[in-house]
Amino acid sequence: MKALVFKRKPAKFAAAMVAGRLSPGAGAKVGPLSLRDVDPPELPGPGWVRVRPRLAGICGSDLATIDGTSSRWFEPIVSFPFTPGHEVVGELDDGRRVVVVPVLSCLPRGLEPVCGACADGRINHCERIGFGRLEPGLQCGFCESTGGGWSTLMVAHESQLVPVPDDLSDEAAVLVEPLACAVHAASLVTAGQVAVIGAGTLGLLTIAALRAAHPSLDLTATAKHPHQRALALELGADRVVAPGELERAVRTSTGTMRYDNGQLGGGVDGVVDCVGSAESLAQALRIAAPGATIHAVGMPGVTTLDLTPLWQREVALKGAYAYQRADFDTALALAERLDLGRLVSATYALRHYEDAVAHAAHAGARGAVKIAFDLRSEKERETL
Amino acid sequence: MPRPGFVLDVDKSTPPILFHHGESFRLEKLPAGRSRVLYPGEPLDPLDDVDGAIRHALAHPLGDSEPLAALLRPGMKLTIAFDDISLPLPPMRRPDVRQRVIEAVLDLAAAAGVDDVHLIAALALHRRMTEAELRHAVGDRVYDAFAPHGLLYNHDAEDPDNLAFLGTTRHGEEVEINKRAATSDLIVYVNINLVSMDGGWKSTATGLSSYRSLRHHHNVKTMQHSRSFMDRHKSELHSSNWRMGEVLKDAGVKVFQIETTLNNDTFGTSGPMSVLQKREWEWTAKDRATFVAMKAGLDRLPMKARRKIFNGWLAPYGVTSVQAGEVEAVHEVTTANVFAQQLVPIEGQTDILTMGLPYICPYNVNSVMNPILVMCLGLGYFFNMYRGRPLVREGGVVILSHPTPWEFNPVHHPSYIDFFEQCLADTTDPVELEAKYETQFAEDEWYRHLYRTSYAYHGVHPFYMWYWGTHGMQHVGKVIIVGGEPRSVRRLGFTPASTLNDALEMASDVVGRDATITHLHNPPIVMADVS
Repeated sequence: MKALVFKRKPAKFAAAMVAGRLSPGAGAKVGPLSLRDVDPPELPGPGWVRVRPRLAGICGSDLATIDGTSSRWFEPIVSFPFTPGHEVVGELDDGRRVVVVPVLSCLPRGLEPVCGACADGRINHCERIGFGRLEPGLQCGFCESTGGGWSTLMVAHESQLVPVPDDLSDEAAVLVEPLACAVHAASLVTAGQVAVIGAGTLGLLTIAALRAAHPSLDLTATAKHPHQRALALELGADRVVAPGELERAVRTSTGTMRYDNGQLGGGVDGVVDCVGSAESLAQALRIAAPGATIHAVGMPGVTTLDLTPLWQREVALKGAYAYQRADFDTALALAERLDLGRLVSATYALRHYEDAVAHAAHAGARGAVKIAFDLRSEKERETL
Repeated sequence: MPRPGFVLDVDKSTPPILFHHGESFRLEKLPAGRSRVLYPGEPLDPLDDVDGAIRHALAHPLGDSEPLAALLRPGMKLTIAFDDISLPLPPMRRPDVRQRVIEAVLDLAAAAGVDDVHLIAALALHRRMTEAELRHAVGDRVYDAFAPHGLLYNHDAEDPDNLAFLGTTRHGEEVEINKRAATSDLIVYVNINLVSMDGGWKSTATGLSSYRSLRHHHNVKTMQHSRSFMDRHKSELHSSNWRMGEVLKDAGVKVFQIETTLNNDTFGTSGPMSVLQKREWEWTAKDRATFVAMKAGLDRLPMKARRKIFNGWLAPYGVTSVQAGEVEAVHEVTTANVFAQQLVPIEGQTDILTMGLPYICPYNVNSVMNPILVMCLGLGYFFNMYRGRPLVREGGVVILSHPTPWEFNPVHHPSYIDFFEQCLADTTDPVELEAKYETQFAEDEWYRHLYRTSYAYHGVHPFYMWYWGTHGMQHVGKVIIVGGEPRSVRRLGFTPASTLNDALEMASDVVGRDATITHLHNPPIVMADVS
């Protein structure tokens, strides 16, 4: 079967780092990602099924992996070689369409009794994502045992399957996983005045989820590009400004004071950083009110920050990783209601993966939002 | 004998016409056979004896008023209010006429034994004047005698302890002015009436008022019904101020109004700037060489240096009249005197109105002409320089010339930055802006703090600038800015063009290929009397 495979090849990894720094997404051309003929993954045990991906999205964390900018934190919780792709809508052997909940927590791993977090339903907090009957891997798409969405076949545990209603398009369904992340992030935010940094896929979905969860929220968002701005407003932002205008916009919307150097006296109650860069986190710290919480939704990586305001203002920096199972139900309903399939701007066949990755890495500048692989017309698909 | 203003029909022999263009200029060849240029009158002869004219006006008041000397008595409370940095434009050479008038008033007050005197810069919601600016306006002698004792200061429209509510007009407009002024036995208001909008009851009712009071006439509805706000009898802005004047009178506030008018001697008769005051076909070879050298020199300089040069320019204005006494009687005569210098008859409207915007407007003295002020100067002030009908027909095109940089003075215009970045990014509709954002900006504590303690325009001020252009925006079909920074121009809701020819081409989509063109050759100031 055809699959994009990411191997542990230090030399290629280094090349991807260099290329990725020069041009985001360029790691796909020189790095350890390649299109291969591989054996289909085996079913790891009872309760596992085969999933033939229909659409599989390209996520920011995938791009970080391809360009070699991911943190070494992931080393013990991924296993090589793996097939990326954790935003997946696929179909089972009986033809039913499903969205995959990619987190590989205790249950898929066959670990009994499950850890405390899993027992509470907090699969994103699972303490055993490197153990059990599967190779290490925090999610499908980073685990050798399961395969990933960037292929014609992967496997998933029945606990990971979310049925897709007939009237929901594949395009909307492939956004359910990132939308579940956004729903989870929104659940961590308390009402008040909130700023969302970033209007890529995750930022836009977070805006939608925040608006759905907190109708009375005062929501300021940043967007670099006109189409992002239009979507952010449509999905629920009260105001959208250019990234460089955020501090002033927050000052205006909160009515707080401002020092001569531009530093704010107060700020917003919550900041949702959907970028995860040093710049975005530093900006989040600049606009967070005393006692506010910064939610790191975009994957941050190694970052240098002046944490003085965190200390002086008692600001909390809180991660927002993945979701719980129930978040998928909310996300499914929201995807349908908001017609989110329109956010899928372009799809590519696996063989055009270099173009796909480049497009995803420059999505904003190219007027796009979500880029995905379309596996529905892969030749071998019906023979597997 | 100065020549009056006139209308030039452009033909093939007409040389390129001067367009002001921020801190530079453009020479533009207007299409022959369908273009005309409205020129200002040459500077009227100034008064030979300004101080004598002032003394005469104070002693021979107009309307129902006693001479000033008769109104002054020992133990009384006297407040002298005067126009702020927004007048005149550019600032005039020393001695400023305000200084001359104030010194004359103070001489009379001293002679009468009045020792409770305050001087207040009537700046409404404008920025505070600096010491240097106050010294320039009132003179060092007055400044040194009063300011160190806290008796000469800027009006503070956000000082709740120093505002007096005096009642409401029959239209429900609240009248609130400076408490010191309101509780004085006499306010002497010293005006420079640069244009016909200035003066009358607008001086006290606006210059010394608060946001609570101003909002009743500085709003979209009022500006929509002021056609134009340079024509007092067709201006709802003035009607509202006049109603407030009634409330002031009923509340016992006594105002002795002094109004002064200036001639059109903006750029002088010698030196490189004097060429800006001449008609192009009368430029001598020396004028042409001077102009070319000046423009080339300016264009090579960095913007900071250019601004320094222009901001350093002090106009050699001559004083043409001084009127004093009862507010309304004084203002009628003043307006006639303003019109005598500025009003030029012109027959019929035009399809395309072109205007070269200079480096200065009332709100960027010693500062930066930001994009909002570009709009205000073009569609607010210049567009409204008419009596009768707008110079451009309804649905016509206005072409402005200005670099329109995305640049703001953060000290003077902090709320402008936010208005431009946030509000105009949302909408350019004055009605929507007013409904959605005005209160928030007007009541913002940071803006209030900067207005009161720094040199910032009030938080609401950019809204007023936008409202000033309401009538123009409503009236015209398209606005094009030649040479403007495209992203700034687009944020304003207008269309950028690289050259005048490009702009005329764009305009033809709206008004056709044979559209008539009129260029408002301003400054020096000219006002169109459109028949």
